[in-house]
Amino acid sequence: MLKAAGPDTVMVVPACCTSVIQGIYPNTAFNVPVYNIAFGAAAACASGMSNAFRAAGKKTNVIVYAGDGGTLDIGIQAMSGAFERGTDFLYICYDNEAYGNTGMQRSGGTPMGAKTTTTPTGKTDAKKDIDMIIAAHDPPYMATACAAYPQDIFKKVQKALTFRGPTFIHILAPCPPGWRYPTEKSVEMGKLAVKSGMWVLYEREYGKVTIGPQSKAAMKRPLPLEEYLSPQGRFKGIEPKIVEILKQRIAKNYQRLAAEEEASA
Amino acid sequence: MKKIATGNKAVAEAVKQANPGVVAAYPITPQTEIVEQIAEFVSGGLMPSRYIAVESEHSAMAACIGASITGVRTFTATSSHGLLYMHEMTNWAAGARLPIVMANVNRSLGPGWNIWAEHTDALQERDTGWLQVYVSTVQEAYDAILMAFRIAENNNVLLPVMVNLDGFLLSHIMQPVDTVELGDFIPAIHLPHAIDPKHPAGYGTLTGPDQQFKFRWDIERSMRDSVKVIEETEKDFAKRFNRKYGFTEDYLCEDADVIVIALGTLGKEAEVAVDILRKEGIKAGSMRIRWLRPFPKLNLKGKDVVVIDRDYSFGFGGIVASEIKAKTGISLYSVIAGIGGQEVTYDDIAGFVRTRRIGEELWFGVNAHV
Repeated sequence: MLKAAGPDTVMVVPACCTSVIQGIYPNTAFNVPVYNIAFGAAAACASGMSNAFRAAGKKTNVIVYAGDGGTLDIGIQAMSGAFERGTDFLYICYDNEAYGNTGMQRSGGTPMGAKTTTTPTGKTDAKKDIDMIIAAHDPPYMATACAAYPQDIFKKVQKALTFRGPTFIHILAPCPPGWRYPTEKSVEMGKLAVKSGMWVLYEREYGKVTIGPQSKAAMKRPLPLEEYLSPQGRFKGIEPKIVEILKQRIAKNYQRLAAEEEASA
Repeated sequence: MKKIATGNKAVAEAVKQANPGVVAAYPITPQTEIVEQIAEFVSGGLMPSRYIAVESEHSAMAACIGASITGVRTFTATSSHGLLYMHEMTNWAAGARLPIVMANVNRSLGPGWNIWAEHTDALQERDTGWLQVYVSTVQEAYDAILMAFRIAENNNVLLPVMVNLDGFLLSHIMQPVDTVELGDFIPAIHLPHAIDPKHPAGYGTLTGPDQQFKFRWDIERSMRDSVKVIEETEKDFAKRFNRKYGFTEDYLCEDADVIVIALGTLGKEAEVAVDILRKEGIKAGSMRIRWLRPFPKLNLKGKDVVVIDRDYSFGFGGIVASEIKAKTGISLYSVIAGIGGQEVTYDDIAGFVRTRRIGEELWFGVNAHV
């Protein structure tokens, strides 16, 4: 992500795993300035920063890097405001589908059926579709991505930063301790998410939808959802009726995106 | 230049002259006129600032933080629930050592919905690391905003400053205001820790117990250093513009047997009460506290003291009275009056002095001594 963005970049990071992996004061692991800010305030902080840079004639990239809790839940108001105001920034949400720092509590990003420490018998509500919410703000560019496809992330970050105004990239981030699978299976888990259709890779550029080739292929012949669910401890003992609901949701999501792609072609 | 203006318009005029790079604000009664006026200045090309019309006060302060850390001058204004909503971020602003200036129009807190004057909103912020000044006239509101930028941005301070004016009693009252030719009264801002991609650094990273207390102490050290900066700034302001201010505004205190202390417009009203009492042969004086943070040194030895609080800390007492007691060790008469805009006249204040009962507390209008 930072390789794509280049050195004239500032990151704004709310409470999330990235607040922890930077290292402990006075050290920092990043080669760009990182401004840490309170949980619900990243987009608003970035909004002030971007305006100040632009007023000073600076082109510095302002990138929010936030988790699903800081985006879908506590940060949604500030984010919606910043998008509505046309803030010139890139908002990246890396989504591991739960509050990871605090020990895996359910978030708005947790899928139905997943066990977390606050949904010990599995979440009964569906994952919040933040992409549709962002799309409703009509940003010039938004995309989904997945940590299993790093080159795709690189290209999308590069592309997002060529637009003026608010852009959004939503990255699925498989999480070994949270999803309960062995660490070395992270890439595989990300690919299974895409192949099963639980995660769809697509871009939305000035409203025009383009589904990524990996997801295009998956649409034609989706992997049985069970192949994605069964290696993960969080879905252990998931009720068949929940699996059925998830499958219906996948099909509906596919149909909607395919229709949007066709309509905007 | 002499003008007639409301407190809100005077604040906006001072902000225009101070020319911040970014203003981020959200409307709330009775502050609204400040942000409307600034938006008008900006859209009319009279003020080159960026005006960010945020979606909440929490975001207003967060946006000011983001802007300020790039090294530009920033301003916001709020009131009451707006101030409380940004509380998390007011702490952040001070901790991040950002010289943000904010006008807070003091207003009561819900429930019930009450839009009139009260100081509990700002007083709940007194432990955040913000400097706080309370004004009593439209002129003083204008002057205090100008001085606030210079004090906040002084590199020996680098803490945010909150200028408090009473809701409606000042925000919406028209009084004469003499605007100044600012000249170089506020030097160009230089933020030593401004964010710079050429010099990457982590801001607010994980900090262990062995470091965190040092950052807290550093805030307190700057708070103490700000005393001198405030004095110098007010002195230079008096020299340039012929209006004198201090940590307190003392009126006939020297030979007084009894001193009335209050914040804001009540403190001004107390001066009229003093005149009435003096005519009756009661040697009264008034000491209006202007700067609550840093807290002023008060010389109250041998005097009877009557403190009027337009605020309260439940289960404890009037907040200003409690702070004075804690700092000076004196016993005093604590009057709770004016909450939620309750009318308090100079005659009422004279009455508090005449019937004072040192060591006791009066809830005005409730008719109960506690």
